[in-house]
Amino acid sequence: MQSLMTQKNKDLLLKIGKQWAVIFFVAEIIFFGLTAKGFFTVNVFQIVLFFGTAVMLMAVAELFVIITGGIDLSVGYVMGLSTIIATKLIVYFSASGMPEFWGIFFGIIITLVLGLIPGLINGLLVSRLNVPPFIATFSMLGISHGVSELLLTEGAAKNLPHLANVIGNGHFLYFVKGGGFSFFARPEVARGVKVFELFPNVVVITLIIVAIFAFVLSKTVFGIHTYAIGGNEDSAIRSGINVKNHITKIYMLSSLLASSAGVIYMLKYVTGKADAGASLLLDSIAAVVIGGACLTGGKGTVWRTILGAVIIAVLETGLRILGIPTFDKYIMVGVILILAVLIDRIFPETTYKE
Amino acid sequence: MSYLIETRDITKRFGGLVAVNKVNFGVSPGEVVALLGDNGAGKSTLIKMISGVYPNDGGDILYNGEVVKIHTPIDALAAGIETIYQDLALAENLNVYSNIFLGREKTKKRLGIFHVLDHSYMYDEAVGILKKLDIKIPSLRNNVRTLSGGQRQAVAISRSIYWNAKVLIMDEPTAALGVAQQKQVLDLVNSLKDHGLAIILISHQMHDVFEVADRICVMRRGELVGNLVKKDTTTEEVVSLIVGSEAVS
Repeated sequence: MQSLMTQKNKDLLLKIGKQWAVIFFVAEIIFFGLTAKGFFTVNVFQIVLFFGTAVMLMAVAELFVIITGGIDLSVGYVMGLSTIIATKLIVYFSASGMPEFWGIFFGIIITLVLGLIPGLINGLLVSRLNVPPFIATFSMLGISHGVSELLLTEGAAKNLPHLANVIGNGHFLYFVKGGGFSFFARPEVARGVKVFELFPNVVVITLIIVAIFAFVLSKTVFGIHTYAIGGNEDSAIRSGINVKNHITKIYMLSSLLASSAGVIYMLKYVTGKADAGASLLLDSIAAVVIGGACLTGGKGTVWRTILGAVIIAVLETGLRILGIPTFDKYIMVGVILILAVLIDRIFPETTYKE
Repeated sequence: MSYLIETRDITKRFGGLVAVNKVNFGVSPGEVVALLGDNGAGKSTLIKMISGVYPNDGGDILYNGEVVKIHTPIDALAAGIETIYQDLALAENLNVYSNIFLGREKTKKRLGIFHVLDHSYMYDEAVGILKKLDIKIPSLRNNVRTLSGGQRQAVAISRSIYWNAKVLIMDEPTAALGVAQQKQVLDLVNSLKDHGLAIILISHQMHDVFEVADRICVMRRGELVGNLVKKDTTTEEVVSLIVGSEAVS
């Protein structure tokens, strides 16, 4: 029996253990492919990504913070606040006679700029005043929620111009059999003629944002400093990295991404809601941990985090097709999160031993 | 004698506690000075002022005979003052060459606008400096986590040398090492001395101190109580200064 657990076998097991998320993903796809009717279609694939946009953006936000060894609990309600601010601004702009496109454009820009503020406050509290990230961002969760409700006392955030719906629920490419392609605009066709819709706009926008942040984390000085701070904050300080500024930027980046998730929600559902992102906090942290990051910091990549987010999105869509209620998804995500942490314990990082 | 780095009446207070009280201390090029003292004697605080981690509350730091302001680690690094901490030196989750370049990464331009990390340049440079110092590391692409204590020290030292250290501060460089690795590090210290570096060595290990130091400075309760040339002193004298003379008599 002893010979079975040779060093080689251990190494192999370790390698497999580190790839468990990929294995889980494949198993998940096979499971839903067998049980959920019509799961293997381009359409379902697009729906998964469509519903996954918010959790992808929020998970990337959370990833940057978690790599530095912190946590951002405010992302969900910052996202909610952003849906309301964006909706109200755009409604206000179009009511005051601005063309629909420019109203949406400026509404989004202002929302994103305002979206930096919660992060700035979180970042300053954490880096300058040594408030634990848990407390700073938990307080910001409450504040964002409160401000959202305050904004809603004057009326619900809705009645966005039609163009918002066209952007949020439109596709990059339309394709009619025998009728050719058209970009952005759905072609006029006779009743009964099938129009293939490819690349939902919000998915394309989300993937571009994700790709930018993947680039920043893996290829730039900003990225490697983020890892360095998470690995050893003292050594980062002593290497001359301005750790306080860097951490402030990380929390700003996090709330900017949460805010952009809010903008995308606003475009998709043409409305603003205070609790739009409330349930996404669990999902985003779970996605990061499933993606192999460690809550003590220093580890994790954007693409693995996206794998984590897609695992959750597939679960959500798959359960929906099977007709299983949403709260079962929360239970499953919770269980997977715990398993992810336990698996991380079982397969530790290889460390030098004297 | 002309010191490369020198402190004059340097002082640091933490609230009511005077951690370092009017200390005059200096090191010349090509000299190893050992800084000794019991826990809480103020050695680390003194070193942290020289390396810019703590700003000093009083007195001056002189570099090459001129008063310089060292308020941040960046100021110290810019002056060529490098510090090697016993276990805080490296980011374990980064690889060897990333650690050597940490905080001073080399980038290259992509598409004319994006600055991306130039991994191959940093790798090649790291190979060069390790070779120059005759240090052997299995792979520079491995995380520092996978290296032994002695190898980590060697990486930290080679980082300093690569960045043109003129003053090297070493905090307990051999504390966590096995015997063979201790010897490697001490040999490295001796060869750095020959390169003309001014080296400050903090150590509790009297054996190390007497092996490599030229001069021995002793601190007690925030003050410098001894400044001895190694060949004119003995372990007993140094120990009595560390613990206070009343304890010896």
